[in-house]
Amino acid sequence: MFDLFARVFGREDASKDVAKERLRLVLVHDRASLSPQALENLKNDLLKVISEYMDIDDEGFRVDFSRHDESMALVANIPIRSVKRTSV
Amino acid sequence: MGEAIVITSGKGGVGKTTTTANLGAGLAKAGMKIALIDADIGLRNLDVVMGLENRIVYDLVDVVEGFAKLKHALIKDKRFENLYLLPAAQTRDKTAVSPEQMRELVGQMKEEFDYVLIDSPAGIEQGFKNAVAGADKAIVVATPEVSSVRDADRIIGLLEAQEKHKPFLIINRIRASMVKKGDMMDIDDMIEILAIELLGVVPDDEFIVVSTNRGEPAVLNPQSKAGEAYRNITRRLQGENVPMMKLDDDSGFFNRLRKLMGFKS
Repeated sequence: MFDLFARVFGREDASKDVAKERLRLVLVHDRASLSPQALENLKNDLLKVISEYMDIDDEGFRVDFSRHDESMALVANIPIRSVKRTSV
Repeated sequence: MGEAIVITSGKGGVGKTTTTANLGAGLAKAGMKIALIDADIGLRNLDVVMGLENRIVYDLVDVVEGFAKLKHALIKDKRFENLYLLPAAQTRDKTAVSPEQMRELVGQMKEEFDYVLIDSPAGIEQGFKNAVAGADKAIVVATPEVSSVRDADRIIGLLEAQEKHKPFLIINRIRASMVKKGDMMDIDDMIEILAIELLGVVPDDEFIVVSTNRGEPAVLNPQSKAGEAYRNITRRLQGENVPMMKLDDDSGFFNRLRKLMGFKS
């Protein structure tokens, strides 16, 4: 009864809304999860493309998912050794 | 040629076996020729839920290994002569059969039965793969809880990756009084999250415990609310358009009073 009282006066969210919100976030992550193999392939492809423009350190190259509040992001950390000079 | 349907969920304990038993008994009562397969090798339970545990001679692994003929391993139900159970092996594990063997077995059974219902084990590993292998359709059972919905979503993803027919959802153990208070996800919440077609909603019903104690599926009891929901689902499976059951909230004071005084709510 107190729960209901507290809710009527807006002090607490209905717990099902909390459940839905949490599920929404966790499912985005679950659904987006690539297999380790696929992530490795993605990493190699990225490496190939970026190497055409600059000299990067493939040892320190990291690609991973990251979640910020409500959104998902693919975060790549790419240490650069040197930028290739354009000949123009 | 019949149809094979796998009943699955990802998470354990959400009611796969109860659902399989009730849909089987319900379809058999409607006159269909039904076979139930317990694909939970090593942890068999469909036999006890059906009340057939004393009749097992051979099991699924015996049939797959050619040690017993299918017709000798199938147990005829006590209530319906058009209902059969192929029990799981209890002393083996899931590696005793392969998806190819299951596909062949289910294919063979479909020639003889209108519906072959396959009770899947929990999890996403080989037992699940075996259970799904021979199925034409899948039913995903989920309760309105975070862990169950999350696992159901995972299973739906795996089923879709196999290019099966898009799975159907049964929402199990919903409690109208909690939904009303906002403390349980309702039907719309579940469909919104899982985005698959709803086949039925089964209310939380104490009678399920009684029916499991006795080994008599609730679908055969005209008073049971869950039984009524299962009867509706069996009709939908046969192509009938049955509206979703209204979920009564019987927690209110007047409802309880009415119940006490013996009026049917």
